[in-house]
Amino acid sequence: MIRLEKRPQPSRGWSYVTPVLAVLVTMVAGGALFAVLGKDPVLAIRTIFYDPLFGEFAWYFRGQLLVKAGPLILIAIGLSLGFRAGIWNIGAEGQYIIGAICGAAVGLALYPMEARWLVFPLMILAGVLGGLGWAMIPAILKTRFNTNEILVSLLLVYVAEQILASMALGLLRNPEGSGFPGSRNLSQYEAAANHELIAGTGMHWGVVAAFIAVIFAYVLLNRHMLGFQIRLTGQSPRAARFAGVRPNRLVLFCLGTAGALAGLAGMFEVSGPSGQITIDFNSGYGFTAIIVAFLGRLHPVGILLAGLLLALTYIGGEAAQSNLGLPAAAIQAFQGMLLFFLLAVDMLTNYRIRIGKSEVA
Amino acid sequence: MHRRARGARVSAPLLKVEGLRKAYPGVVANDDVSFQIMPGEVHALLGENGAGKSTLVKMIYGLVRPDAGRMTLNGASYRPATPHAARASGVAMVFQHFSLFEALDVAENVALGMENPPPQRRLARRIREVSETYGLPLDPTRLVGELSAGERQRVEIVRCLLQDPKLLIMDEPTSVLTPQEVEILFETLRRLQAEGTSILYISHKLEEIRALCDEATILRLGQVVGVCDPKSTSAREMAELMVGSALHTPSRAARPPGEAVLEIGGLSMKSSNPFGTALRDVSLEVRAGEVVGIGGVAGNGQDELLAALSGEARSGAQTVRLNGQPVGNLGPNVRRRLGLLAAPEERLGHAAAPDMTLTENALLTGAVREGLVARGFLKWAAARGFAERIIADFDVRTPGPGNAARALSGGNLQKFVIGREILQRPICLVVNQPTWGVDASAAAAIRQALLDLAEGGAAVLVISQDLDELMEISDRFAALNEGRLSDPRPAQGLSVEEIGLMMGGAHDMEVAHVQG
Repeated sequence: MIRLEKRPQPSRGWSYVTPVLAVLVTMVAGGALFAVLGKDPVLAIRTIFYDPLFGEFAWYFRGQLLVKAGPLILIAIGLSLGFRAGIWNIGAEGQYIIGAICGAAVGLALYPMEARWLVFPLMILAGVLGGLGWAMIPAILKTRFNTNEILVSLLLVYVAEQILASMALGLLRNPEGSGFPGSRNLSQYEAAANHELIAGTGMHWGVVAAFIAVIFAYVLLNRHMLGFQIRLTGQSPRAARFAGVRPNRLVLFCLGTAGALAGLAGMFEVSGPSGQITIDFNSGYGFTAIIVAFLGRLHPVGILLAGLLLALTYIGGEAAQSNLGLPAAAIQAFQGMLLFFLLAVDMLTNYRIRIGKSEVA
Repeated sequence: MHRRARGARVSAPLLKVEGLRKAYPGVVANDDVSFQIMPGEVHALLGENGAGKSTLVKMIYGLVRPDAGRMTLNGASYRPATPHAARASGVAMVFQHFSLFEALDVAENVALGMENPPPQRRLARRIREVSETYGLPLDPTRLVGELSAGERQRVEIVRCLLQDPKLLIMDEPTSVLTPQEVEILFETLRRLQAEGTSILYISHKLEEIRALCDEATILRLGQVVGVCDPKSTSAREMAELMVGSALHTPSRAARPPGEAVLEIGGLSMKSSNPFGTALRDVSLEVRAGEVVGIGGVAGNGQDELLAALSGEARSGAQTVRLNGQPVGNLGPNVRRRLGLLAAPEERLGHAAAPDMTLTENALLTGAVREGLVARGFLKWAAARGFAERIIADFDVRTPGPGNAARALSGGNLQKFVIGREILQRPICLVVNQPTWGVDASAAAAIRQALLDLAEGGAAVLVISQDLDELMEISDRFAALNEGRLSDPRPAQGLSVEEIGLMMGGAHDMEVAHVQG
């Protein structure tokens, strides 16, 4: 008989092994799924995981990797702080949209001013404040009226999408765009553009910000009192209150940071890879970042790796769609499997499997 | 009163345990344990934490399977594979920690523990019958959340009695009861005994065992180290058998009381917990060098009082004063800086974070006074050093400060929690249930440490449900009842009846009567 036995303390080794194991199991299960769809599973897995990095067109895909991973990491780092403290911000997508709108709005308002030293920093600031402000709505409602931040932040995503559509069609529409929806292209406005910093690498300011966020979060969580309080609150809210943590301040900090980083990601996206505010500007980074945060075990370095991995499945998934004709839904299912298996094998960190006679201790 | 004469026992043993052994990886919990229980006998199982009492009763109750040895029940071989099988054979157990749902009523809770519960109305009638027969006042329609610890225990006992057990195992049943409730419980147990039910009684309170039990088996390090008749053996002898060395009883020199350090005045506060008790007009003064004990049945405002003093719950500034300075509206860390420290009852999840290391848990309250933080950044080396000091000074048995708090035994973690506060040299220390579920030698060490702290001039406030403990270490005693605090009285010379009245809330009349 197989049974689970709780470990006296979480296994360190397993907490590192489980994400790798989850990826491997996902490859197997995903391969099976692709086989059922009538595709060669080995080829499909190879197209998703190998070709973007080492295949014929790797020169193009490698750059895309950082472009996709940057916002994912930036948003996931912010989310992970809250998740560590048991504060569930599900609305990063909305904060990302509002950050992008605010950043773009400042850039467009200053058009065609040429002072990049002024325009670009102001846009960054606007992006941060936009995301922060949007995240403050669930934060303040929670601290004042004890509302559920999961619901409020999630519903605000749909509000943000409506605002995005209205902006793309109205206030921010390109006056020289012959009436088409969508703003002026910021990546063609020198003072506001978020260019690739090193040609061919995909490295832009958003990626730099993501790396800085990783380091910042690492130091915060491991060396700073605030990080300690975040971890303590997540593990043991009563002990945290006993230790003098003020839960409301923590809610404001965690939601605020997550919102600011999501807003930042949105701003870098709209001024760089995307270039303009359009109706469908958002592409789900805010939601995918939740997977990234958990896949990375809410650990900054883990999130960095998970962000790269998920970006790879995005790029490889697109390649698999165009080259092998795999349906988009199959790719999404594949990404979902990753989170599913991660959560499933996660139990090995806290439990060990015993095979033998049953005994309740 | 219903006690059977010892000579009258001629029948065969009800339960016979022979050569029972159970080993876990790295530790032998029970080794060659043999003893027997006669029908209608109250048999005590004595031993420190870790002596193997729990493993032994778990084997008898079918929760753990022995590696070797055999048990016979009523002459037949007895090998329960599950608690279900044990109950079917007539063995029932009341655990130390209750497994009740607060939001359900008594009858619903009882039904949840039964294999085939009868309809609620009939069950309620049965509960009433059983509770009347055995003198266990209990209303089946009340919500468990509203019951005191003593009443909750009755629910557990009634749940067992409904199955007509031949052997009833009771794990530390009196730790949550008032003296009066203990008397009611003993009365019940004696009635059961008179009907021929055997009772296996686990406790570390030696006086109780002497009052109740016919025979005692003493365990140490998994082995039987002695069998005695508790009525003819002194409590001290039994304790020494249990601990394996001469017992160190706390001692202190009498000294004059100092200045008032902690002053609580007119403190009224709602509980943050919907099932909690509001504090009502609590006033108390604790002087330097003094230990004030606060007794009372669990759930009468103890947690709320601790929260009000630790700073987790805030009140009017003037309701709590430390050395004359109002602190009632300040948070925990500001109070810590001023020297008012606290150790709550719940070790895991309140006083300490279970999954965090001892170093991190040392940081939990030590950050301010021990200077473990510099401009917001943690000094890990210093925190580790502080944790190591606690471990060394308070004899906490653990491989090192890198271990998670939940890996420690209850007694060791409690020593860590109390040590953490004492080493910070408090001006005033408030502790709730400092020795709950802690073995005798650890409890003695903790009490001595509290006395030493008072000796050094600190004001110490001990909230506890263990009256023996309070009588042993307190200079003055007061009791909490439904959120009201009685007037404190010198602990010396208080009779059990007086204490019971204070705990029952009749103190006002009593005092008025005496003074009037």
